[in-house]
Amino acid sequence: MTDLLSARHVSVYRDGKTILEDVSLSIGEKDFITIIGPNGAGKSMLLKCMMGLFDPSEGRIERRANLKIGYVPQRLVADHTVPIRVRRFLSLRKKAAKDDLQHVAAETGITEFLDKPLHVLSGGELQRVLLARALLDNPDLLVLDEPAQNLDVTGQLAFYKLIEKIYAERDVSILMVSHDLHLVMSSTREVVCLYHHICCHGEPHMVTRDPEFISLFGDDMARLMAVYNHSHNHDHTHDHAHPHADHTHDQMEELDG
Amino acid sequence: MVDDFILRALAAGIGVALIAGPLGCFVVWRRMAYFGDSLAHSALLGIALGLLYGININLGTVIVCTLFALLLVWLQQRRVLATDTLLGILAHAALSIGMVAISFLDNVSFDLYSYLFGDILTVRQIDLYWIYGGGLVVIGLLVFNWSSLTLMTIHEDLARAEGVNTVWANILLMLLMTIVVAVSIRIVGILLITSMLIIPAATARQLVSSPESMAIWAGVFGIIAVIVGISGSVELDTPSGPSIVTAAAVMFALLSVAAAVVRRRA
Repeated sequence: MTDLLSARHVSVYRDGKTILEDVSLSIGEKDFITIIGPNGAGKSMLLKCMMGLFDPSEGRIERRANLKIGYVPQRLVADHTVPIRVRRFLSLRKKAAKDDLQHVAAETGITEFLDKPLHVLSGGELQRVLLARALLDNPDLLVLDEPAQNLDVTGQLAFYKLIEKIYAERDVSILMVSHDLHLVMSSTREVVCLYHHICCHGEPHMVTRDPEFISLFGDDMARLMAVYNHSHNHDHTHDHAHPHADHTHDQMEELDG
Repeated sequence: MVDDFILRALAAGIGVALIAGPLGCFVVWRRMAYFGDSLAHSALLGIALGLLYGININLGTVIVCTLFALLLVWLQQRRVLATDTLLGILAHAALSIGMVAISFLDNVSFDLYSYLFGDILTVRQIDLYWIYGGGLVVIGLLVFNWSSLTLMTIHEDLARAEGVNTVWANILLMLLMTIVVAVSIRIVGILLITSMLIIPAATARQLVSSPESMAIWAGVFGIIAVIVGISGSVELDTPSGPSIVTAAAVMFALLSVAAAVVRRRA
C-alpha cells in the first residue's frame, strides 16, 4: 500500500447533525489534493479526522507508519502580549538543526525577519512562517486548512505560488482545503468537492463540468473555473476573484430550503 | 539583628515570587486573571474547612481550589454558559459558603483581615515547606512542559495538530495556579494573590523579547517587590500583602514610563 493517509467510509455525527457522511479519501505519494466546499460542509472536520485529532463516529483512518505530517492552520493571530521572535517560535517543540532552519527560512522567504517579533509581521508573512514551521521536520504530507483565507489577492497568489514551488521541489504530498480553486487549479491534481459527503472528485477541469459541482457552486463559478483552467494563466487581473462567495451563499440557501 | 519572623516572611515571599513570576506569564498571555481571582476567592472556603475540621489550611485550600478548577472545566465542557459567568457563580458561591462556615466557628481569634490581605506574623516554618515544596512542583512542571504550553498559548490548534494534549495542558495550568493560591495566602492574602501573578509578569513584558526572559524577569521583579514590600510592612506596620503589591505597582508604573520614554527616543 503506497497510500500515506486514507479515510475509509468516515462519518461524523454531532448534536444530531450529520457533519460527514461516508467519506472515503486517499492521499498517495506525491499527491496534491484540494478539498473545496461551502462553509459548514465539514472540510475542517475531515482534516481533523484525518490528522487523528477527532475520532469519527463511523469508519476509520489509515495512516502509514511513521508518517510525518506538517500542518498549516488558517491563520495565526500573533498576540503582542507574548514576546517571541520568529526564530524561537520555529524552534518551539522542534529539534531542527541550524542549517535546516536556515534552509527552510530561505525556501519560504522569511530569512529577513527571523529575528523580528512575531506580532509585527503581516498576515502573509505569518502564513509563510507557519509554512516554514510545518516544513521543518521534512514532512511526507503537508496539510493546509484554507491557508490563504485571510490574505489579499496578491498575497493569495504569492502564497499559492510558494506552495506550488514547494510541491515541485520537495518529495511531499499536499492535502489542502481551499476556496480559491481558480488559484490552485494548475497545480492541484485532484479536486474533492465536499458537502458533508463527497459530491464529486477528479481532475480540476473534470470537476468543474460535473453537475454536482455546478449545483453546489453555481453556473458562473463553473464557467469561471473553465476559463481559468484553459488559460492556466495566473497573471491577469483578478477583479473578479471572489464571485463564488455570493454564489456559494445563494446555493447554500437553496440547499437548506 | 533581624527578627526570625521577618526572615521567615522574606523567605516565604521570595518563594512565592519565584513561582508566581513564571506562572504569571501564562496568566497574562492566556488572559486567566479573572480565573486566578475566582480561584483565590474560593480559597476562603478551603480555609474555613481547614479550621472547622482541623486540617492544614494549605491542604484545605489545595483541595477546594482543585475541586473548583475541575468543576469549572466540567461546566465549560457543557457549553451552556460563558466562562466568566461560571467563574462569577463559582467564586462568589465559594466565598459566601466560606464566610458562612467561618461564622460557625467558636474560635474568636480568627482574623479574617489577615487572610484577606496577608500577615507576615502568621508565617510559620511549615508554611516555608509548603511554599518551597509546592514551588519545586510548579517550576518543575512548567520547565518540563514549557515549549508545549508556549506553543499552545500562541496557537491552540497548531499545538494540538503537533501532538500537544491541550485539554490536559489547560488543566495543568489551572492546577499549578491552585498551588500558587494555596501557598500565597499567608503572605499576600486572598484578595491580592492575582496581582502577584500579573503585575511582575506585566512589568517584565515591557523589556523582554522572548517568553523565557519574560518568565525570569517576572520572578526578579516579584522578588524585588517582596523585599521592598515586606521591609516597608515591618517599618511602617502595614499589612504585608498591600505593601508588596504597592511596591510591585510602583515598579510597574516606573518601568512603563521608562519604556515609553525609550520608545519615543528610538
